[in-house]
Amino acid sequence: MNDSSSPEARRCESADSADPPAAFSASRPAVARPISADSDLVISAQAGDHYAFAQLYALHKRRIYSLCLRMVGRVAEAEDLTQEVFLHLHRKITSFRGDSAFSTWLHRLAINVVLMRLRKKTLSLVSLDEVMAPTADDSPGRSFGAADPALAGAIDRLALQRAISELPPGYRLIFILHDVEGFEHNEIASILDCTIGNSKSQLHKARLKLRDALRTDKRQEGRS
Amino acid sequence: MTGDPKQLSCAEFQAQLPELIGAGGDPSTHPHLQHCPLCRALLSDLETIAEAARKLFPSVEPPDELWEQIESAIKREEEQEIHSR
Repeated sequence: MNDSSSPEARRCESADSADPPAAFSASRPAVARPISADSDLVISAQAGDHYAFAQLYALHKRRIYSLCLRMVGRVAEAEDLTQEVFLHLHRKITSFRGDSAFSTWLHRLAINVVLMRLRKKTLSLVSLDEVMAPTADDSPGRSFGAADPALAGAIDRLALQRAISELPPGYRLIFILHDVEGFEHNEIASILDCTIGNSKSQLHKARLKLRDALRTDKRQEGRS
Repeated sequence: MTGDPKQLSCAEFQAQLPELIGAGGDPSTHPHLQHCPLCRALLSDLETIAEAARKLFPSVEPPDELWEQIESAIKREEEQEIHSR
């Protein structure tokens, strides 16, 4: 993946604050350091420099927290997941070898933490595989028959937000990664260890399912 | 299935749709859509949903206190590691 052109990298350049949190103060140098590139910070953090790790958090917290919040929809759980991601990062940062951009690697790590949480939550209800491969009951309806009203130009934000939160986890993850986070299918396939065709097909089903839900809402509105 | 894209049934067209959309081209130019209002409406809805979703979730900052919690958790882990040696 060419990181300079990846959606996450583009977003990272503009969206994230580089001010480190006022923490790890014991190891913070008396003279403020200039903002470093990821690679310098990663090398320092791998060597145990807590200030460098704090700077990495400052650079990436917005993207990671936003991803977590989009996936789980609840602030408290998103905060908990973000903490889990950065704890994981702290444990694993020495295993980063620079084969991909750090931001890509961290995003993968975050998605894996989110997936683990989703699997834990659904273990008692469904099998592991069903998290990523929804059941037939979860599949969207087909659209060969009745001419329901089109949605075009009339999507209610809250209805869409609710419909997304009610998607099966596997659909929701691919929909968020592609349509919201801006990942390409080849990137999603690599992150989730599935085929590109599988990614396209799951995304399509997610959108169809959202359409079903939104049209049901619209029909109900029409009746009331 | 017929080889002529104009002659595709809705089921056949919709089976191809994930690939048509995912390939990055413009599926609205597909010959099937020239005579099928149902599939045109479907495609239009899917595009509207994707567009609306992009605007739906702004990027947000976590609360400042979160870093303090993370820092404390890291310190706890490091202390545990030292004690377990």
